[in-house]
Amino acid sequence: MQKFLTFVNTLGQVMMRFFYATGDLAIFTTKAVMACLRKPFYFKELLRQLIEIGFYSLPVVALTTLFSGMVIAIQTYEAVSKFSAEGAVSMVVLVAVTRELAPVMAALMVAGRIGAAMAAEIGTMRVTEQVDALVTLNTNPFKYLIAPRILAGVLMMPILVLIGDVLGVCGGYMVGVYKMDFNATTYLINTWNYLKAMDIISGLVKAAVFGFIIALMGCYNGFRSKGGAQGVGQATTNAVVSASILIFNYLLTEAFFNM
Amino acid sequence: MKNVQIALKDVHKAFGNKIVLNGVNLTVQKGESIVIIGGSGTGKSVMLKCILELLKPDKGEIKFNGQQIGMLFQGGALFDSLSVWENVSFAALQQKGMTREKAKKIAIEKLAEVGLKPDVADAYPADLSGGMKKRVGLARAIAMNPDTLFFDEPTTGLDPSMSDVINDLIVRCVKKLGATALTITHDMTSARKIADKIAMLYDGKIIWMGTVAELDKTNNPYVRQFVAGSSKGPIHMEVKAEE
Repeated sequence: MQKFLTFVNTLGQVMMRFFYATGDLAIFTTKAVMACLRKPFYFKELLRQLIEIGFYSLPVVALTTLFSGMVIAIQTYEAVSKFSAEGAVSMVVLVAVTRELAPVMAALMVAGRIGAAMAAEIGTMRVTEQVDALVTLNTNPFKYLIAPRILAGVLMMPILVLIGDVLGVCGGYMVGVYKMDFNATTYLINTWNYLKAMDIISGLVKAAVFGFIIALMGCYNGFRSKGGAQGVGQATTNAVVSASILIFNYLLTEAFFNM
Repeated sequence: MKNVQIALKDVHKAFGNKIVLNGVNLTVQKGESIVIIGGSGTGKSVMLKCILELLKPDKGEIKFNGQQIGMLFQGGALFDSLSVWENVSFAALQQKGMTREKAKKIAIEKLAEVGLKPDVADAYPADLSGGMKKRVGLARAIAMNPDTLFFDEPTTGLDPSMSDVINDLIVRCVKKLGATALTITHDMTSARKIADKIAMLYDGKIIWMGTVAELDKTNNPYVRQFVAGSSKGPIHMEVKAEE
């Protein structure tokens, strides 16, 4: 009986913590979205974040999507050549890159790079009282710190993914033409014929949602960090883990293509 | 009540089961410089954060009649990504019609008031020593000519000479602005230099308040122990010997 009561007690505490955390995140998200929509806007901060997320993430996103496109071309060729359907390589590369690989790979790269950096920066500001200092200087931390990061995430991720789409397809083209001796013109014509606006749009919408989630979780975990260096470290880890990109990717894919 | 700048009435604050403030009553008159003393963990910073609305009290009332505040934080709390002059003029830069040139000029004037040369203006907080960070923090606190200044452990982490410099600067700045000042510290040398009145916070309450002259004559055993810096007396030290 005692063991059962201890189990119920522990379960209750876990549930309470879960509901508290969910409610806290919901309130934080609401405040963050409102801060994005209302004046004042800190354009200099927004520009800094646009450069940080967009420009500095570009090399890693470009490399990842380029090589992902190359890999998918090789693997597809291996599979479809058994059925003499080599012509499908360009179509598979296109669909895989635009619908899934570019948004997901870019988001994972940005989550690791930017989500962690946001949590570390805001977490450090929190534990060194810089966030409190903002309040004493008549500045709303949500507008100054959170809103520019979320807006930059939502705006830059689709641009990164668009570039990733082009590079991923180029990767497939390079493998197809230079390694598998496909006709270059035929490959390009096939790619163009299979290109659908919905594939691109779904990828870009996913990117915007991922950008929002990455920035939100980075800011949230940083803003709620406690203690010293250990607290900031924990916030950084949580920011990357809680970005939950793959779960949202599945939900968005269901919404776009199965409903 | 007309001359009251800050008033706390029966303020309570707890974190979980830990009661930090347990009915704090305090009145600060306009133009007065009050120093709150008390040991580490007695709730001095929590009280200050409640006044600044950074924390919400669980119970009680806080009235603040100031227009503009300035705050010097314990570690300076300078923004790492901004230069010294941008830190000092941070609030000014948010104002409409304020150009960066004008804001920088104001920052350099304020830096001069705390004894820093103009060439510091373009440095970043990471390049500054602890004493310089405190000075820049003070320059930022006075930048908007506030009518109320708050100081959180202004001399912590500084050597005695630099502490004396910071204390002199605080006295001079408060006097020049004619501001009301509320300082929290456990540095008695600093408290004696800055304060018009000293209040002691212990066990979540203000247990004593008086002038610096009265401090030396008080029979309050808690105050006497704290001022003497003694471990023997009614204040319990939560120190465990390492085995």
